[in-house]
Amino acid sequence: MDYLQLFLELAQSTVRLSTPLILAALAGLFTERAGVFDIGLEGKMLGGAFAAGCVAFVAQSAMAGLLAAVVVSVLLSLVHGYASITQRGNQIVSGVAINFIVAGATVILGEAWFHQGGRTPALAEGARFQVIELPFAEALRGVPLLGPIYAELISGHQALTYLAFLMVPASWWILYRTRFGLRLRAVGENPGAVDTAGISVIWMRYRGVICCGILCGIAGAYLSLAANAGWTKGMTAGKGYIALAALIFAKWRPVPVMFACLLFGFLDAFAIRYQSTPLPLIGKVPVQLMQALPYILTVVLLAGFIGKAIPPRAGGVPYVKER
Amino acid sequence: MSTPYAKLPGWVEYGLIPLVNLVVAFAVAGLVVLLVGESPLEAAYHMINGAFGRGEYIGFTLYYATTFIFTGLAVAVAFHAGLFNIGGEGQAYVAGIGVALACLWLDRIMPWYVVFPVAILGAGLFGAAWAFLPGWFQAKRGSHIVITTIMFNFIAASLMNYMLNRVMKPLGSMSLETRTFDAGGQLPKLDWLMSIFGLSVGTSPFNVTFLLALAAAFGVWVLIWRTRLGYEMRTMGHSPQAARYAGIKEARIIIITMMISGALAGMMALNPIMGETYRMQLDFVQGAGFVGIAVALMGRSHPAGIIPAAVLFGVLYQGGAEIAFEMPSISRDMIVIIQGLVILFAGALEHMFRPAITRAVLAFSGRGRADAAVKGA
Repeated sequence: MDYLQLFLELAQSTVRLSTPLILAALAGLFTERAGVFDIGLEGKMLGGAFAAGCVAFVAQSAMAGLLAAVVVSVLLSLVHGYASITQRGNQIVSGVAINFIVAGATVILGEAWFHQGGRTPALAEGARFQVIELPFAEALRGVPLLGPIYAELISGHQALTYLAFLMVPASWWILYRTRFGLRLRAVGENPGAVDTAGISVIWMRYRGVICCGILCGIAGAYLSLAANAGWTKGMTAGKGYIALAALIFAKWRPVPVMFACLLFGFLDAFAIRYQSTPLPLIGKVPVQLMQALPYILTVVLLAGFIGKAIPPRAGGVPYVKER
Repeated sequence: MSTPYAKLPGWVEYGLIPLVNLVVAFAVAGLVVLLVGESPLEAAYHMINGAFGRGEYIGFTLYYATTFIFTGLAVAVAFHAGLFNIGGEGQAYVAGIGVALACLWLDRIMPWYVVFPVAILGAGLFGAAWAFLPGWFQAKRGSHIVITTIMFNFIAASLMNYMLNRVMKPLGSMSLETRTFDAGGQLPKLDWLMSIFGLSVGTSPFNVTFLLALAAAFGVWVLIWRTRLGYEMRTMGHSPQAARYAGIKEARIIIITMMISGALAGMMALNPIMGETYRMQLDFVQGAGFVGIAVALMGRSHPAGIIPAAVLFGVLYQGGAEIAFEMPSISRDMIVIIQGLVILFAGALEHMFRPAITRAVLAFSGRGRADAAVKGA
């Protein structure tokens, strides 16, 4: 097989596998930059995917499914917000709780409503997100090198994939070029100063948490309406944690988040493609090692062996006004 | 840390508030049952009956409780030092190697009471080793223990998948498990203990690991409240600054605490491997490490609270199986919801009902005193 074709195949599945990671990691970016740690990305994504699968099937509309995913995911993040901002509970504990509640509730409700053994009914074409062919993709295919790259790598994804990649510069712009972004970052670094400036720390943090819910919902909808034809039990399969790892790996910055997600997506795509093929120089790599690599890399990074990942300073600490 | 709450009597702090949190968690779970179109009361009946209806059922309940006592103690020990060890799942999983090695090595030449101590040692060592790195990273390199232990759970899953696939599986076998142990690798059941109460264990795997779990709970109590190390751990948990000022070596305490926590989580592996299946299977931990979080939160990190909390989760697991059998629309995933709700209400939202309860208790005791005064006059 010629190398270009091989590269394109690998790159294409990398993009497919990275899309939900990017959305979820950006979701984590908004809430953690506001000082609310969230290990419940996994649960919100799964809840979103479930809501999308149910509503898209009942309404036969992908957009309705997407909306439902966002609503459910935002509600879940409000629970997290209420526990960790208003009640000043432990943010890690709250995140763990949400992951469990969603993991159980989706299965119970899915079984009660659809009786299909841990899945929602398969969605027809109209109820899913369709692949978008960019203009001139077919016409330009003949152009050497750039033609196939445009036709197969840039074109031919679902709308949510383009949205995910657009959200990267958009998040950068929101965080670093708007008043809202400045305040959001400040509230995660030094909430006392923000309070002194007359801005409500509580409300800022709630807004960060809501942004997280919206993006997690979209990530979930991508899983059940674009990558698959419906929701299946436990379909997030640890993607929320990988996204969390990517967020740390990127040191809580939007553009590196995208590259970290692409790296982890690539590792995944590579592991799937080359499960049993020996590689030049290294020989046969156990597939388990490839699966563990994102986690190992994150641990190594966190331990400060490749740069140092410093979380937002007020992250994980509930804000107490009276002191 | 400042506590903006009034000091409450012990029975409110350790009895009433956890009870209210628990009742709310179960009430919400009941709503889910209603939503599915079943009767929560009927579900509760099947759960209690399934957990206590027969000697065999009680055996299963206590078998699960054994597992949860270990993982609950693991989380609690770390809590006392202000650390959140979310990696009990991975530590228990890797500790399976220690148990399996001891059994594969000795099961054909030694009786169980020789193999058991070796296996305990193996489980403790492998569990502690898997917790050592996250502890060391936190102590020396400043990485956050929660994130590292989550990552280590996933790394453990891949490692164990590899070990069972390539190393520990007998040649020519297709299923991902070690060979079945001979008599030396099989722990005796506790039928004598049950027969005291006139019950029979039946087919349930209730075994001597339960006694080890009770001993571990006592050991943790001694460690935390009766030793110098425990005092240092609690000091650090209350105020790292004060601990540093008092000359307590923070890094040392973090690493030792994590290793003790990992060893406790690891001992959980004895129960399913040597007590039930007599072989190490893929995914034998089955989320017990995470149940430990709920158990420790509910038990307020005290062994005297952890044991009843572990029994409660044993009831949920065993009774949940009965519910799933009697009411097909409620599968065992109901347990996962309840577990999540308990973590939410007993953990993250533990202070939600405190102001109301405080007011109620103060009003009640205030009136009581007034009554007494009237009578006295």
